[in-house]
Amino acid sequence: MWFPDHAYLIPLIAAASFVLILFFGKRMPKKGAEIGITALSICFVMALATNVQWFSHVNSAEHEAEVAQEEGEAAEALVSSESTGSATEPIEFEVEPSRASWTWWQSGDVTFSVGMLLDGPGVMMLFVVTLISLLVHIYSTDYIGGDRRYTHYFAFLSLFSASMLGLVMSETTLQLLTCWELVGLCSFALIGHWWEEKPNSDAALKAFITNRVGDVGLICGVIILFFAADQSFDIVTINEMALNGEISHLALLVASCSLMAAVMSKSGQFVLHTWLPDAMAGPTPVSALIHAATMVVAGVFMVARLYGVFFQGFSIGTSSVNPLVVIGAITVIGGASLAFVQKDIKKVLAYSTVSQLGYMVMALGVGAWTAALFHLFTHAMFKAGLFLGAGSVAHSVHSFDMTEHMGGMRKFMPKTFVTFLICTAALIGLFPLAGFWSKDEVLSGAQQLGGEGGYLVFMVVGLVGAFLTALYMTRCIYLTFFGEPKGHAADAEHPPHESGRRILVPLYILSGMAIITGFANLPNSGVLSGSPDGASLRFEHFYEPKGSYFPSVLETFDHPEFNVLIALGSTIIGLLGISLAYAWYWKGRGPHGLTSRNKFAKAGYTVLVEKYYLDHLYTGIIVGAVKGPIARGAYWFNQKGIDGVVNSAGVAAVKSGKFVYERIDQGVVDTIVNASGSAAGGSGQRLRRIQTGRVQQYAALLFAGAAILAGIFIIVI
Amino acid sequence: MDNNEFLTEWGLTLMVFLPLAGALLLMVIPKAQEQMIKVAALGAALASGAVGVAVLANFNYDSSEKLQFVVNRNWIEAIHANYIVGIDGLSVPLIALTLLITPLVMVYSWNHFPQPHNPQAFLILMLVLATGMLGTFVAQDLILFFVFFEVVLLPMYFMIGVWGGEQRQYASIKFFLYTLFGSALMIVSFLALFFVAGGDSFSMVDLAQGVADRNAAGNLAMITQVLIFGGMFMGFGIKVPMFPFHTWLPDAHTQAPTAGSVILAAVLLKLGTYGFIRVALFILPEAAVKWAPYIGALAVIGIIYGALGCLAQTDMKRLIAFSSVAHMGFVMLGIASLTTFGLNAAVFGMVAHGLITGMLFFLAGSVKDRFHTLEIKRLGGLLLQAPKLGWILGFCIMASLGLPGLAGFWGEFPAILSAYNPAPALSQELFRTYMVIAAFGTVLAAGYLLWLFQRTAFGTPSEEFADVEIEDVRVSEWIAWVPLLALILVLGVFPNIIFHVTDPFLTVMGNTFAGLK
Amino acid sequence: MDDLLLNQFLLLGAVLFCIGVYGVLARRNAVLVLMSIELILNAVNINLIAFGAFWGSITGSVFALFVIAIAAAEVGVGLAIVLLIYRNRRSVDLDDVAEMKG
Repeated sequence: MWFPDHAYLIPLIAAASFVLILFFGKRMPKKGAEIGITALSICFVMALATNVQWFSHVNSAEHEAEVAQEEGEAAEALVSSESTGSATEPIEFEVEPSRASWTWWQSGDVTFSVGMLLDGPGVMMLFVVTLISLLVHIYSTDYIGGDRRYTHYFAFLSLFSASMLGLVMSETTLQLLTCWELVGLCSFALIGHWWEEKPNSDAALKAFITNRVGDVGLICGVIILFFAADQSFDIVTINEMALNGEISHLALLVASCSLMAAVMSKSGQFVLHTWLPDAMAGPTPVSALIHAATMVVAGVFMVARLYGVFFQGFSIGTSSVNPLVVIGAITVIGGASLAFVQKDIKKVLAYSTVSQLGYMVMALGVGAWTAALFHLFTHAMFKAGLFLGAGSVAHSVHSFDMTEHMGGMRKFMPKTFVTFLICTAALIGLFPLAGFWSKDEVLSGAQQLGGEGGYLVFMVVGLVGAFLTALYMTRCIYLTFFGEPKGHAADAEHPPHESGRRILVPLYILSGMAIITGFANLPNSGVLSGSPDGASLRFEHFYEPKGSYFPSVLETFDHPEFNVLIALGSTIIGLLGISLAYAWYWKGRGPHGLTSRNKFAKAGYTVLVEKYYLDHLYTGIIVGAVKGPIARGAYWFNQKGIDGVVNSAGVAAVKSGKFVYERIDQGVVDTIVNASGSAAGGSGQRLRRIQTGRVQQYAALLFAGAAILAGIFIIVI
Repeated sequence: MDNNEFLTEWGLTLMVFLPLAGALLLMVIPKAQEQMIKVAALGAALASGAVGVAVLANFNYDSSEKLQFVVNRNWIEAIHANYIVGIDGLSVPLIALTLLITPLVMVYSWNHFPQPHNPQAFLILMLVLATGMLGTFVAQDLILFFVFFEVVLLPMYFMIGVWGGEQRQYASIKFFLYTLFGSALMIVSFLALFFVAGGDSFSMVDLAQGVADRNAAGNLAMITQVLIFGGMFMGFGIKVPMFPFHTWLPDAHTQAPTAGSVILAAVLLKLGTYGFIRVALFILPEAAVKWAPYIGALAVIGIIYGALGCLAQTDMKRLIAFSSVAHMGFVMLGIASLTTFGLNAAVFGMVAHGLITGMLFFLAGSVKDRFHTLEIKRLGGLLLQAPKLGWILGFCIMASLGLPGLAGFWGEFPAILSAYNPAPALSQELFRTYMVIAAFGTVLAAGYLLWLFQRTAFGTPSEEFADVEIEDVRVSEWIAWVPLLALILVLGVFPNIIFHVTDPFLTVMGNTFAGLK
Repeated sequence: MDDLLLNQFLLLGAVLFCIGVYGVLARRNAVLVLMSIELILNAVNINLIAFGAFWGSITGSVFALFVIAIAAAEVGVGLAIVLLIYRNRRSVDLDDVAEMKG
């Protein structure tokens, strides 16, 4: 297995590309783009090879287990003639992840390593990240051709790819944290790519700082797990210990809750999602790569990676409600409802991303691990396709505003229109496109998994979300591609035109993926049971970790089965949403103008337009307060309070110095000195009186002195 | 004499006093020979650096917990003060930092000495400063330590007072008196310690042994130790500076010339934290346990408070100065945890802060050179006018806010980590609260630093500077900066370069605290 | 020589000393003052010789001889001074000689 064992080279190649572009990019004929594309092509090929070798690795592990089991059964059959029907049940087997490890740093007796843990989810993400990154690179050469910071752009794309690839194959939580922050940095730099305009840099700052808030949770969670797992950052160890029950439930619960904060910020879950729509200030290819397909799923990936911790911490297998699923459900509905009132096509897609990420988190919350990752996989394809399609449209009308500058675009850009339509259908979940299969699995998971009562409520939420998705996406399609051209789109002198090949080819590939990826995990149960063994549940088979560090070792962990009712129901609901929107927009039916007539409808509409007032809360109240009154108050306290004490101590010292000088020094001490001087003079005056010059007086004194001395002499001795 | 023997006997002494010799040499060079003065000063700094490199190359890193290159000579017999120098894993990184920063600062100042010019005096002060700093890091005798610790004050006082900004008089006298005030209490503590520990030696090792013996015998009152520690706390805490003794720092930094700010941030502040570990914790472990909760509290207050102070600033340099308060808070939090993790984090944090904040002050100085103002409101669009300068600023800001992969992270993260599980004698609940507060401090750090970056580097230049030609990074700046930038990156990627050196000594210390109940 | 005899000598010395002191303090004539000083010195001499005899030592007698010699020299110098004073002032009254007054 050369490729999986050396997969760490893939992020290193991308990192090398970053360095090369940074130092030599400007001197290259294509300004560095060729370096990035070459590097990413190599990465993609290596990722493909890694996938292929990984498949054979999984298959051979399964084969070995089969052989072992058959031998066991043969031995058993000798003993008892009764044959059990176990041959039809899935075989339990373990798949060794590919690992590599180097010492990073040490403290005390603990050594910290940096390395690679590559198993199913990592291999899958390798494919997704390298594919979309490569497509985005190619797309960008046209889309932002001639940009003022073309080279920087490609440098950061490379750095992003490197950090994201590093993140998905992190061996330790600390490494995960590192890559997590680095992708955040790239996101910051790319959102703020056109930083000359203040809104762009504001959006970049907002993204970075919101993510930092989540990072507090990540840091705390990583630290708690580190100490809970006997001072280890190792993901496998942490998961194993969590699943063995070696870590207390309380520690797991607290760690999971802390990590939730990180998921909420990075994966745009309510209430920390507000940065994601603003992040659309960046170039569209960046939105497709970072803010739809890869970076924002890092939170989902992190939960999937540490699933043992979350599974035990939130008792996912036995409960019927937990923070993950609740946050996910709120996000599904909240994101979808906000997508409905946007005028900017990218913002519609951004809120749609928020909503879809909610599905993934919800799936993880109900215990449908594979469903979540599968949805991640398909979503990455069609959402990247949608973003790039939106970019293609915007590229020709020079605006993202659907209501002002678009409309009727299908006539001008038929190819873009078709790809956009396919991706939209996949997003809505129409049979047999990708979204249908993955969303269906999420819903089945909510229906079937969990403890008593299960997560049925959340299946309903999922269905409502599907309905809303159908509505807002149909609206988006109508406003963009149907109706009358408006604004720039109606400009007769420069009519919109179809985009070039470098934009269209990525669109074709992604819409193709949106069609086929759904079959990657064809169910093998319910009405679809009896699908050929080598064709069904391939995603689960290859990408779900099999080993002691994954909750599948627990009895409470299960896979949902295909439910034809849910499949039919969600399709019907999707079609219902489409036809409702069709009736509203194309036929003009329904209570148009309700929002201006009805007080409640108007209030609801305002709440949505104001994005539930969350931005007001964050920017206006929290940030405003910290930056304004609180910071100024602290500084005032610093200057007047603490520094006041220091300064007044200084002033007091000077004053007391003056006092000492004037009163004590000049007044008292000097007086003493002067007095002693005059005293000496005075006593001299007095003493000189005995200097009479009379010899006999002297003699008298002499004798008197002698007599006194003699007296003392006699008395003492 | 064998080469190695010579190095062992004279290496440290030469390293410490070569700059001083250089300063004496500078005095006799006529003032008009400016070029010669500069070359001589740089030569002295480099010579000291060369000796230092030789010493560090011969340092035995496998047993870095032991004192090496020890020289013990009689000095002032009347008061039992000896000339004892030696280095171990704790001092090595800081010595390396000092040896690096001094010549870089000289190179940076090469062609634009601040007003009133006079490179001769300026460089003499710088060299004396170098001797003081290096001496503090090698001294193993309290009186010697104290002398070097105080030697540093005077040159810095003159540097701020003569070459400083408009309020230089106020700032320099504040800096001088404030630190001297702490030193006064510190020397009292040193003397008390001397008598408590037996009264026949000022050697740190002997004092620690004496205190430990008396503790073991149980005839040393805890209150005595706590009070002695208190005196040291004032001395070192003011130097660090810890909240609420930090107010001299923003003034001193803002008024000091660039070179002074850089040295102040990069090395001088570390004298305080180094002293905490080397003297206070080492000699009085039991008292340290009593003090740790309060130090931890002041540290996290400093983190949040420094960040809030930054948010209120309108002057770039003052903002960076305030950020030092926050960053040193992380260092002190690591120290207060009294664990190997925390102490390692603290030492790494010292070096990282030295490199990063030193770099930020360099940048602030260069911005001031070009725009003649540091008023954030008037700046903007730096990335357009001087893209390289702008990107370097961005890099340093990212490093300063603790981005993993750059040096700042390794001072911050292990410090937060250590607070989760402090030494067994300390309250876990309390320190976990500190941990969460400190973690929130990282959000504020991102806030004020990015906000600074947005308003200075992003956007377009303000009207006032729109047509002014702004020079991008100069050659002398490149020479001074590239080593720092490279180190920030290298230490961020390979943190073990420092952890490997400091760990053995700090493990011994951490185990001492782990044994205390 | 026994205690009694010693006492008598000492008594004599004391009487002579007192007469001498009286003379020094009370007389105004410089010559008489000089003579009184001689008396004091001789009182000391008697004491010295008496103690010397009492202890059977000649030290006292030797001392007395020294004192006599010095007294002779002193009288010589003293009389010379008195003579000079007389030549200058035509008087040997000590009250007139107060040049040393401070």
